[in-house]
Amino acid sequence: MLRIDCLRSVYSGLESCLVVTIMGAVAAELQSLGHRPNFFYLQHAMGLASSTGLGLSLCLPEQKIVVLDGDGSILMNLGGLTTLARYRPNNLVHVIFDNESLLSVGGFPTATASGTDLEGIARASGIPHVATLRSVEEFNAAVTHAIQGDVLTALVAKVEATGPSTYHTDLALLENRFQFQRYIQSLASQDRRPTRKG
Amino acid sequence: MPVSETNSRLIYEALKRCDIRLMSAVPETWLVHLIRMGDEDPDMILVRLAKEEEAIGISAGAHFAGVRSVLLMQNHGFLAAINGIVSFAHLYKIPLLMLISYRGSFGERDPWQTQGGNVTEPLLRALGIPHAFLQGPDTLAQRIQGAHALAESSLQPVALLLTRELMWEE
Repeated sequence: MLRIDCLRSVYSGLESCLVVTIMGAVAAELQSLGHRPNFFYLQHAMGLASSTGLGLSLCLPEQKIVVLDGDGSILMNLGGLTTLARYRPNNLVHVIFDNESLLSVGGFPTATASGTDLEGIARASGIPHVATLRSVEEFNAAVTHAIQGDVLTALVAKVEATGPSTYHTDLALLENRFQFQRYIQSLASQDRRPTRKG
Repeated sequence: MPVSETNSRLIYEALKRCDIRLMSAVPETWLVHLIRMGDEDPDMILVRLAKEEEAIGISAGAHFAGVRSVLLMQNHGFLAAINGIVSFAHLYKIPLLMLISYRGSFGERDPWQTQGGNVTEPLLRALGIPHAFLQGPDTLAQRIQGAHALAESSLQPVALLLTRELMWEE
């Protein structure tokens, strides 16, 4: 299973969500499908995409938050899984692409290559709904169901350790950051707009 | 416990006047009253962390969402959060109001706190993080308001060091 095919399968469903990705292949591949103002790419600070998603989900309970994480990143912040489980926001979907590799630095194997089970860690942390997915069809169905549902969900997608030829894009980090914030502000002003009665 | 509840209350009230609505924390002795006040306040989102670096992501998310936040941590927690501060808050210009208990300085009796005390201020300077001390009850509200204003206007982390003389009643 290729990560880019997974992303393509749920791309249209991400339009209504706030999306936070990790750096590297996930960010580059999602941008290759087409950047949107509701996508924020955390191009460093490995491990903190899930914490950013938690902050967004606690402060914006009416929005659906999707975190696109990876095995290398989540292994740097396993404690954060316990914090997610502790507050259990029902508007957060945590997708973890597990390619058993730190691909962008040369493909060094992570602990999942030798048996560490991220679904098991997420379940034992107390995340109420967890699953491991091995086909694009399964992935699309599980992500779509989680976005439409109201249970904190962690989905581990086992993908091949291949990625794009470059991780650079023409979107500046600060441009992305301020555009994302503006997008959220525009949602809030829409919410405040009085409904017309007629 | 000789942690000053009176001064903790003054700090909490000053944070509320800054419209702080999210507080993240890892428990530490000097912070117990502040964390309890956050827990008992229905208008405060309290996030109890496993490790302090998580707070950088949580506060960034809150900032994007238009919610003002405060980060409570011990100085050793500040050390644990430095990569997040540099490669998220500095890189992406995220305002952070960090209240850091300054353990391991003058008066410290716990040997395990002392090394962290030595490096706290040099690291804040090396990272270019504006910082000041919270020492007396008369000036703390103004300093909290000032730190908050600078963090918001400059879009960067600002630190207030909670001192023993403010937090501890021997």
